Amino acid sequence: MNVEALVPLPVVLPLLGAGATLMLSHRPQLQRAISLGSLVAVTVLAAVLLVAADRSGPQVIWIGGWPEPLGVSLVADRLSALMLLVSAVVVTAVLAYSLGQGMTGDDEEHASLSIYHPTFLVLVAGVSNAFLAGDLFNLFVSFEMLLFASYVLLTLGGTEARIRAGTIYVVVNLMSSMLFLISIAVVYAATGSLNLAQLSQRIAELPDHVALMLQLLLLTTFAIKAAVFPLSFWLPDSYPTAPAPVTAVFAGLLTKVGVYAILRVQTLLFPDSPLTDLLLWAALLTMVVGILGAIAQSDIKRMLSFTLVSHIGYMIFGIGLATDAGVSGAIFYVAHHITIQTALFLVVGLVERRAGSTSLIRLGGLARLAPLLGLLFFVPAMNLAGIPPLSGFLGKVGLLQAGVDVGTPLAYALVAGAVATSLLTLYAVAKTWAVAFWRSPEEAHEAAASLPDPGFDTGPHTGQVGGGSLARVAADDGGPLPGAALSVSDVAEAERIVSDETPDRDLHQRLCDGDLPERLPLSMVLPTAGLVAFSLVLSVVAGPLFGFTDRAAADLRERTAYVETVLAEVPS
Amino acid sequence: MEEVNLTLTLTGAALVGCGVYLLLERSLTRVLVGLVVLSNGISLLYLVAGGKAGNAPIVGKAEGRLSDALPQALVLTAIVITLGTTAFVVAMAYRSWQLNGHDDVQDDVEDASIRRRADLDESSQGYDLDSADTSERPAEEGSRP
Repeated sequence: MNVEALVPLPVVLPLLGAGATLMLSHRPQLQRAISLGSLVAVTVLAAVLLVAADRSGPQVIWIGGWPEPLGVSLVADRLSALMLLVSAVVVTAVLAYSLGQGMTGDDEEHASLSIYHPTFLVLVAGVSNAFLAGDLFNLFVSFEMLLFASYVLLTLGGTEARIRAGTIYVVVNLMSSMLFLISIAVVYAATGSLNLAQLSQRIAELPDHVALMLQLLLLTTFAIKAAVFPLSFWLPDSYPTAPAPVTAVFAGLLTKVGVYAILRVQTLLFPDSPLTDLLLWAALLTMVVGILGAIAQSDIKRMLSFTLVSHIGYMIFGIGLATDAGVSGAIFYVAHHITIQTALFLVVGLVERRAGSTSLIRLGGLARLAPLLGLLFFVPAMNLAGIPPLSGFLGKVGLLQAGVDVGTPLAYALVAGAVATSLLTLYAVAKTWAVAFWRSPEEAHEAAASLPDPGFDTGPHTGQVGGGSLARVAADDGGPLPGAALSVSDVAEAERIVSDETPDRDLHQRLCDGDLPERLPLSMVLPTAGLVAFSLVLSVVAGPLFGFTDRAAADLRERTAYVETVLAEVPS
Repeated sequence: MEEVNLTLTLTGAALVGCGVYLLLERSLTRVLVGLVVLSNGISLLYLVAGGKAGNAPIVGKAEGRLSDALPQALVLTAIVITLGTTAFVVAMAYRSWQLNGHDDVQDDVEDASIRRRADLDESSQGYDLDSADTSERPAEEGSRP
């Protein structure tokens, strides 16, 4: 069978599914079946591509029927296929979870039900396309596909908190998209091609300073997407407000697409990069600054968003080392981290469902209340922190070994930073565990009640979600609210949102009132458990997986297999 | 490329500069205008990247020096994407205006509360729950489900 013909399908199937689900928006059952079916199909395809790429090298297809260097190529090499498979598994689990959740977790959003499925599928298509893209402009288009879908998903329902978070997210990503467009224009002006394989030959012939500028432009663009340190501040502000499955898939996949792009560009286009030291510094700062942010958070979702930023640093660390072992470690870590971060956000969604909050101040006693939930949180949390024998530990060991092998002072600094980050991650998740799962709800209630908190109950405005601007004004100036800007109906609207979204009661009070669901829907728990199990499988097969990533890294560093396969039929 | 069209380059650069300036504004409407200006500037840069203008590259009729068709195709795609983005930002600005009476990009609630705490030299609530009594207010005020 001709496996190459399967390469476009991971993009085409979700797009067709998106069209179909959009038309069938009045038939929810059918819509769900189509969404789930197409994602399962993508998973199977990705597995086939993975085997094919591992056995017989990169699978290339030129689409559109153009003369070959001009057309659009899709390439599935070992790295692409692995990313594709992991992301397909993750999105399938997330979709199943959101089906179990009803839709997106917000009962008032009946209107957005019909939007959720098509948008989610477009997001998947964009992610797949980004992994398969064989030229820069196609990469740009896939970024736009997934970004557009993410804009819609992030602002789903259009509540005030989401619009606020969405604004930051949209503006930052617009900026990075524009930067990407400029980089593409400059690359084209300098080389006359956008095909990655051709670029890898032509950029080598450019003067050093021109190549350096191209590299800086592309790296800046992708670093924004991947949330690498100085460009990471948008992420913890924008992710936590979205519905749990949306945050989960964003956290798992979107930043990793940026990491993938950095990895691809660094290895294929700029193999003798003069910027590896810069990358290593960025990695160090990403790890340390990110995890320090995580420690300071009192909301589980925000804490996890900061650990997400922090652990991006590990992948950049591997890429920055620019050795086979480093790149291999980075690929392994990406696969591990996609799974684990998504699983954690799904679990937090369950916590929110079960206990009505994700705030560490309101939570307590979850381990007794919902033991299975405790287990589902504990395993990926320990995995994230890197406790042996889980995949997080193995991935970190791989990276640390690669760092020690390089042996420069900077590499040793990175090794030290990585170990410290791992310990601090353990501290952050252990604190969450101790507070949210271990102490009793009564303790939590007393601790919260003992807080001297003027304004805590005096009104929904101060510091509350619904009054983002009010909070800002009130908190900063302590002065009167800008009455001119706010009509009575606006305030009423804000109050309504606040009373809907953040009831000022902690878990203890809620338990006493008995207004919590007795048990979690199995259809939400099962996908989460499945994803946690998948992360354990990654730990079990870590040996073969490391073998695979070693081969993928060798391919990437050698480049010849990729370039020769892509350009095989191009008349030179 | 043997020669660069300086007028196009400078116009593009000016547009990009203005666009970036507007993108940094707080009001979403200005951000939107900035986006449009910026993307137009970038489109001009693509024309520069395509090299000197020539005859239309139509199959069968192509003669003499031809324009490079590829950057033009890229620009078309970019324009379509910008159109979609513009529509989305307009919708978002309108929704923001519906909810808040303005369309300013707002500070993150959590960030604001951390900054306030830093000004008052208080410890974060989430950091140490045992010594809670120094803090003015629980930090989860800004959290949202």
